[in-house]
Amino acid sequence: MVAVPIGSLIGAVILSSIILLATGHDPLATWQRLLERGFFSEGALSATLVQATPLLLTGLAAAAAFRMQTWNIGAEGQLYLGAVGASGIAIALQSQSAALVIPAMVLAGLVTGAAWAAIPGALRAFFRTNEIITSLMLNYVGGLLITYLIFDSHSYWRELSTFTSRVFPQGKYLSPSAAWPSLQIAGIGVPFGFFIGMFAAAGLWMLYRSTRFGFEARVIGDSRSAAHYAGIRTRRKIVAVMALSGAFAGLGGASEIGDFRHVLDPRGLQQASFGYGGIVVAALARLNPFAVIVVALLLGGLSNGGFSLQGADFPAGLVGTLQGLILFCALAGELLVHYKIRLGRPAGVSHKPADAARVGAA
Amino acid sequence: MNNSLLVVIVASAIFYGTPLLFAALGELLAERSGVLNLGVEGMMLMGAVSGFWAVQTFGGPGWLSLLSGVAVAALVAAATSLIHAFLTITLRASQIVSGLALTIFAGATGLSSYIGHVANLSGKPAHHEFTAIDVMGLGDAPFIGPILFHQNALTYASWALVGLILLYLYRTRPGLHLRAVGESPATADAMGINVTAYRYIHTMLGGALAGVGGAFFSLAITPFWLDGMTSGAGWIAIALVIFAFWRPELALVGAYLFGAFSSLAFTLQARQVHLPPEVFSSLPYLMTIVVLVLVSSGWGRRRLGAPAALGVPYVREER
Repeated sequence: MVAVPIGSLIGAVILSSIILLATGHDPLATWQRLLERGFFSEGALSATLVQATPLLLTGLAAAAAFRMQTWNIGAEGQLYLGAVGASGIAIALQSQSAALVIPAMVLAGLVTGAAWAAIPGALRAFFRTNEIITSLMLNYVGGLLITYLIFDSHSYWRELSTFTSRVFPQGKYLSPSAAWPSLQIAGIGVPFGFFIGMFAAAGLWMLYRSTRFGFEARVIGDSRSAAHYAGIRTRRKIVAVMALSGAFAGLGGASEIGDFRHVLDPRGLQQASFGYGGIVVAALARLNPFAVIVVALLLGGLSNGGFSLQGADFPAGLVGTLQGLILFCALAGELLVHYKIRLGRPAGVSHKPADAARVGAA
Repeated sequence: MNNSLLVVIVASAIFYGTPLLFAALGELLAERSGVLNLGVEGMMLMGAVSGFWAVQTFGGPGWLSLLSGVAVAALVAAATSLIHAFLTITLRASQIVSGLALTIFAGATGLSSYIGHVANLSGKPAHHEFTAIDVMGLGDAPFIGPILFHQNALTYASWALVGLILLYLYRTRPGLHLRAVGESPATADAMGINVTAYRYIHTMLGGALAGVGGAFFSLAITPFWLDGMTSGAGWIAIALVIFAFWRPELALVGAYLFGAFSSLAFTLQARQVHLPPEVFSSLPYLMTIVVLVLVSSGWGRRRLGAPAALGVPYVREER
């Protein structure tokens, strides 16, 4: 079960070491510093959780959709919209108590993220429009939307009360009652969003394992025609699963606002690219929600280490390169296991190529 | 009259549409062989960064430097696509996941960004850039001058390429074989066509053309290098192949349509039309969705023109 993910990580580390060597960097020193910053130095784990929380939620978003072979690549945009919704409601309720504001923010993030994802979902269900491209296009639109709200409009989200904020646009900072609580466990600050994410993972696991909805979604994922003949309503299910997936990503956006940023910050949100990272998390976790938690922590550590070391001798771009390589290795490893390739022995194993096409996802 | 809005829009639509055309033609070749490559965005960015690097590094006269830039961009992007080819053709991995992985690996936060920072490319203007050529002194001819006779060398090359690909696909034997491989690899195999070789070659050709499209960004549109500078053009190119029903001549029309959407912001702002920049910037993305919906709900319902074996790995023992 864990051989492929671990093998993928090792493979990715070896391959990226070659890239590091080729560009004149010492791989061993780089990995040592990366691990230290990501996991072992003081305060590293708290900083890692800052990265792992959104990755957990976007990872769940990808896992929820990919399990049904519905390719929601739009977690990035859905996360932005969740941030818009959560910060909007928090500004509207700024004089209220935390007990009201925080649940409202969670709900707003879920709803706006789900609504943004329902667009490509509905287009897929009713017009058979390729959801990969439409959900991805909406990422760019979502990014432009949050930029517009803060930089090019006098929107509700933008701070306009002081002179400097009119010259240098920025969002309204939220009142303290909108700050999500974090739990201190052995000196590590665990964000509220991470807890919600763990519950969400358990919920997703239950949904796919022991509900009719989840069963039907799995049948659709495994064979769309079988689902059709069995009388499963595929159209509604596609919209529902896309909305569910978007709700997770939107929750990630709400957590970005409530847990960490406390302001709608278009540049910061777009630079982080948590939506695409979530795809890597889900694939490496083989779409298992509980594994998503572990993988999110691992990749969160790599991102944290990578971003905090970024500078002259630790060039930007290494984090994405590493994520891509992990995904390549996971794909290759999955197939090697599937075909039970054994070196040095004649191939007498039965091939099941019909499954091969979706191995990376299933 | 050459300054009239229509002429300016058409001329700049062609300019901004050229990288889309290169990338779409490349993706078209790959998909015609049955390989869907969602890594176009990543390959374009690899082309953008490596082409820019080559122009900054190799001396010589401007034309030679630019030529080497385009060649390096094509080679590097083709090498990038080789990863996808190996995973999907040889290992028969999911083409969707592999393509996404390619975009994450090579894209705005990946290897293209890494190379750009390691080689210290950001913030410097290109030593040479593609500029418009006044062809036969007709660059200021009424109406057609700016549109047809005042474009840069890569744009003219892209027109030649459309013709070449048309000839190749419909008038040559390898082109016929390519279409057979995309429609029914088992039949092609039975005819003695090497399916694997055809798929490898065309996936890599697709990568090379995406790389040239990427280099157009860093050597013609904005002659400097920036993280993620193609901003989704690779994805629009994938959508273009669908609108074009997998036909090169329609890819040309579609690319210029989207070129027009991309250039509208600059054209209209120069004419004192004031709207938030985000409205213009989101046009190409929104129009991609609109056109995809139209195509997929109407005549495209039967997936007119889509290669039958698109996205399906070929396994010889299977029937």
